[in-house]
Amino acid sequence: MSINDFLAILPVLVVLVTGVLVMVADVFLPEGRKGIAALLSGLGLAAGLGAALAAVPSTGTAFAGMVVADGFSLFLDALFAAVGLVGIGLAYDYFKRMRLQRGEYYTLLLFSIGGMMLMGHANDLVMFFLALELLSIPLYILSGFFRARLASQEAALKYFLLGAFSSGFVLYGIAMVFGGTASINLEGIVAAVRDGSANLTFLLVGAALLVVGFAFKVSAVPFHAWTPDVYEGAPSPLTGFMSSATKAAGFAALIRLLLVVFPALGENLAPVVSGLAALTMIAGNLIALVQTNIKRLLAYSSIAHAGYLLIGLVAVNSSAAGDAVAAMLFYLVGYAIANLGAWSVVVAAEQAEGRGLELEDYSGLGRKYPWLGVAMLVFMLSFIGVPLTLGFWGKLYLFRVALESGLFGLAVIGIAASLVSAYYYLRVVVYMFFRDGEGVARRDVWLNLIAIGSAAAVVLMALVPGDLLQVAAQAVLRVP
Amino acid sequence: MPLSYYLILSAIMFLIGILGVLLRRNPLIMFMSLELMFNAANLAFVAFAAYHQALSGQLFVFFVMTVAAAEVAVGLALMVAIFRTRHTIDVDELSMLQG
Repeated sequence: MSINDFLAILPVLVVLVTGVLVMVADVFLPEGRKGIAALLSGLGLAAGLGAALAAVPSTGTAFAGMVVADGFSLFLDALFAAVGLVGIGLAYDYFKRMRLQRGEYYTLLLFSIGGMMLMGHANDLVMFFLALELLSIPLYILSGFFRARLASQEAALKYFLLGAFSSGFVLYGIAMVFGGTASINLEGIVAAVRDGSANLTFLLVGAALLVVGFAFKVSAVPFHAWTPDVYEGAPSPLTGFMSSATKAAGFAALIRLLLVVFPALGENLAPVVSGLAALTMIAGNLIALVQTNIKRLLAYSSIAHAGYLLIGLVAVNSSAAGDAVAAMLFYLVGYAIANLGAWSVVVAAEQAEGRGLELEDYSGLGRKYPWLGVAMLVFMLSFIGVPLTLGFWGKLYLFRVALESGLFGLAVIGIAASLVSAYYYLRVVVYMFFRDGEGVARRDVWLNLIAIGSAAAVVLMALVPGDLLQVAAQAVLRVP
Repeated sequence: MPLSYYLILSAIMFLIGILGVLLRRNPLIMFMSLELMFNAANLAFVAFAAYHQALSGQLFVFFVMTVAAAEVAVGLALMVAIFRTRHTIDVDELSMLQG
């Protein structure tokens, strides 16, 4: 163990150490001054973001092959730290308003972000498992953060039971992969597959169970049942954070694992992932059509977007694997920005005791608060994939990769599903601008900043999509 | 004993665990079933570790046990919180969210 090992995962360490510091500092913070915990966490995440941006991708491994620090993992580090910063911005005013400003929220959020970052760095199945649990367990607690609110408790218990259920699948999958290859290190697995000593039956069972386990995490249909309930019951700022970041972490794990097993098992696994992608796109968008609660609507929207991303995952099993990963990273960034923006509007419109979350409550909001309304319009257009938004380029790159790797059917389903999605996304905007209502929204400087900043980012970054894709394309994975 | 005996037992345990989580309505029983799934994986790990003469499988079991303990702590705390407000933990009674 040398200093270089620690430098390889410096962003993760910064975030986790900040988490511990905030936990200790919180004890000494007087009631009513808990905002300092938010400030400290924000500083820690900013430091983590800086460390991730400044780090130089390496081609080697660290900690005896346990972790890597390639461009892919550093890209995700930066993404998670940035999403976490916005997540704190969403939470700060919200919990003050709900009279629940507690330091624990930020500590647990930081631990979860640390787990997500570690997921991108993992190069050994032990690390995948530990990162998965490190990111999940704090989220179970945070979902139930409104201790006295029944919906929040229910969300936490459901998330916990189904999350642990999916961990069970991941674990059994790892056991089978170990049984098939006598190794839990990605290098060892690849070596066993290459020299023919691997038992492909065990490896296939293991890989399939791993796909199922992580499909729960990214909420792919038919493993999505927990998503709407948890998203509805959990505190809104957490849901905004969770839907952007957990999805990215789940896909990071899936990309790295499938890159390892696809060469041996591509023809068995690719159809399964294709099926998941098609089902997720179709079911996610269709069920979203009938939602009247904005949190559930955005939950099904997040399921639908997982479906589009799964197309990219299928394309990883082709000669265009590099393009597919770049397109997925691009899409994840575009989705995270628009999604956090949309959730900032939801947080602003939510009233105490969980009121203000029905679409009816959004009537007239857009006319009363034009900036908020226009921002929401931009996010919804980006979700649909209308040109001049980041979402359009994200979908264009994904579908282009799909066509390059011969996935015509999935690309067609994706385009059709996007057209269907226009109905429910635009319905939100119609409510905001063309209905009369008494809706009120919170005017908070951080929420406004996030809403307007994200909207600006969605529009401005869409002007230079090629450069951004270039950045994503340079975030290369170290192939073991 | 051949490897397959252990694997068959572990697969049976895993299936019982899955069925328990899906069919039982008491969170505590669901909880036990989850532990059964984890321990099924542990059994497979040690069986494979002995078969392959590879230590990493046995090491993994320790990680699983510690993580499972952390998970149990969180899960039981959630149930206590729910029981305090509602005086029941039956999952069918938890129907505020339309699921």
